Amino acid sequence: MLDTTQTLLTERTMSKDIKISAKGVDVFYGDTHAIKNVDLEIENKAVTAFIGPSGCGKSTFLRCINRMNDTIDICRVTGDILLEGQDIYAKSVDPVQLRARVGMVFQKPNPFPKSIYDNVAYGPTIHGLAKNKAELDEIVEQSLRRAAIWDEVKDRLHQPGTGLSGGQQQRLCIGRAIATAPEVLLMDEPCSALDPIATAQVEELIDDLRQNYTVVIVTHSMQQAARVSQKTAFFHLGNVVEYGDTNKIFTNPEDSRTESYITGRIG
Amino acid sequence: MQTLTFFAIIALALAFFVIGRSRAVAVVRGDVRLLHSRPNFHGTLAMLVSAICGIAVLVVVGSLWAAWLERDLMAAILNADPNLSAIEAELVLSDARAIASGGIASKTDPLREGIAAQVVSKDAWLKWGTIALSMLFAIAGGIWALRSIAPDWRARNRSETIIRRILMLTAAIAVLTTVGIVLSLIFETINFFNNIDWQVHKFLFGTTWSPLSGVQAGKLDPDKVGAVPLFAGTLMITVIAMLVAVPIGLLSAVYLSDFASPRVRAWAKPMLELLAGIPTVVYGFFAAITLAPFIRNSGEAIGLTIASESALAAGIVMGIMIIPFISSLSDDVINAVPQSLRDGSYGLGATKAETIRQVVLPAALPGIVSAVLLGVSRAVGETMIVVMAAGQGANLTANPLEAVTTVTVQIVMLITGDTEASTAAGPAFTLGFTLFCVTLLMNIAAQRVVRKYRELYD
Repeated sequence: MLDTTQTLLTERTMSKDIKISAKGVDVFYGDTHAIKNVDLEIENKAVTAFIGPSGCGKSTFLRCINRMNDTIDICRVTGDILLEGQDIYAKSVDPVQLRARVGMVFQKPNPFPKSIYDNVAYGPTIHGLAKNKAELDEIVEQSLRRAAIWDEVKDRLHQPGTGLSGGQQQRLCIGRAIATAPEVLLMDEPCSALDPIATAQVEELIDDLRQNYTVVIVTHSMQQAARVSQKTAFFHLGNVVEYGDTNKIFTNPEDSRTESYITGRIG
Repeated sequence: MQTLTFFAIIALALAFFVIGRSRAVAVVRGDVRLLHSRPNFHGTLAMLVSAICGIAVLVVVGSLWAAWLERDLMAAILNADPNLSAIEAELVLSDARAIASGGIASKTDPLREGIAAQVVSKDAWLKWGTIALSMLFAIAGGIWALRSIAPDWRARNRSETIIRRILMLTAAIAVLTTVGIVLSLIFETINFFNNIDWQVHKFLFGTTWSPLSGVQAGKLDPDKVGAVPLFAGTLMITVIAMLVAVPIGLLSAVYLSDFASPRVRAWAKPMLELLAGIPTVVYGFFAAITLAPFIRNSGEAIGLTIASESALAAGIVMGIMIIPFISSLSDDVINAVPQSLRDGSYGLGATKAETIRQVVLPAALPGIVSAVLLGVSRAVGETMIVVMAAGQGANLTANPLEAVTTVTVQIVMLITGDTEASTAAGPAFTLGFTLFCVTLLMNIAAQRVVRKYRELYD
């Protein structure tokens, strides 16, 4: 009796905390079967890391979550991905609206060739989040503050975003993603083009973001996954081999392949 | 005959290449490592030296000898008949040449026959002498190079120096040609302004263009060389052309780069570029025969009087001609906008239209601007279409339905007309110089913009 209650309770809390849930997801690039029957549940307001060797499908899976793969003609996705219980691949869902809820930060910093201010204001403007200039200014400042770059750029908001250093550009891109007030933030190896100091700044930022956003991060660096994430999924050859608490994955992996990877024997 | 000699020298030089190469191998008894330069370089040096000696002699001696011969013959003519003026003597000489080669002369008389006989004998001397001399020098040069072959002979450095000089020479030819053309434009422009007593403002701001109607004793009437109607006509047709070409070209570029499926793109882009391959004379008669009557008839249907040659017809067809320039160049720059920028925009929940309008086009704008400027300089310099479809009368009008004329059309009229070249050349060259300045400025502006674009990106 107690057992059942506890299970029920766990399920309730679980379901309350699950932001994204994937069931039987397959992805094909032309004839290549890139993702094979992946089931995954991503917790709300936590950082989930996807690790795995190159070409294992972690970025592909990440791009499924905001339907970025739609822009690739030969890519086909089957299975269900639910965002708060709603199938994002349903006909009624507009990928454009979905991407406003699920923002994305890319591997290489990609600021638009506009001013820093316009880079951040871009999303809020197209989604009509600000009623007037003052509100827009407020959103821009808040976003840049959250992206931990406000102090560095507040005096040069109207200079081109492309003139910033690599680390600053990446934080600007994170700020730009935050500005559209997304619920989920997807990050595809956000630090791979950055030097160690910039990486540390971005990691610190990711840790802060956890309070307001659900963050999913793809990373090549196991140290990074261990530092910033609460949950870790290990991808191998298109499968999720192991998924669980980061601590457990790194200290006591269940699958021998996970162990081989984190100890550096495969990858 | 000269061409044949030229090829003979080339053949000789190739032979020297083979001999030089094998001689280099023989000098070190097959152990090529002992050579400073590899055998091929020894061969190349022998070939280059031989060819340069032969061709230089062929050109220099040939032309000097011909000039000397000409002077000699002229002296002979004047000797025989001291009463002839220089121009008459030249006529006699060309008649004699015609007789000598069996052609038709303006008339035959003992003087011409005699000179013709001299031409025959001296020309033969000239011909065979040049051939013999140039072959001789080619062989001498080749042999000198062969004799120099030794293990430490720096054939590679020497042949590379020669090749570098040849490359420099070819580049210099292109540059000097440009300089020459510009100088001749400038001198003729100065002559023209001299002719109108330096009343430059009458050319730049005058509104009556009829330069040949006011000629008196080789002197132009400054009041009839006002080029404003031509500038206005050029401007109007260019504006009409760009109004057609820019929207169509740009929108088709956007379609091709961001909306068309790869299959559509694969055939649509070459088709569009095919437009650029149509000779402008074809566009010209399309404008004159098809479009202009169509415009006139549709105008009549709604009660408008439209000239059968109109700025509108010429401008529209010119615009069609320029579409592929704009679309193709814009397509390239739009494609060059990194996919990461598009992804970034899509990732923020922007639609395709928003992404293109607010991210892709601004990023590609400098490139698009330079494409448009290139299109404008094409339009300004275009001749054939306007000659056939825009008219020749220098009307100063703001009505695109009337006939206008352009700078290029007037140059054609002046040069192909039957006025004496020395009179017509002045205004024609001056117009050409003005046109050159305008297109030059435009191209410089386009390049500036492109450079700025590069700075923005990297």
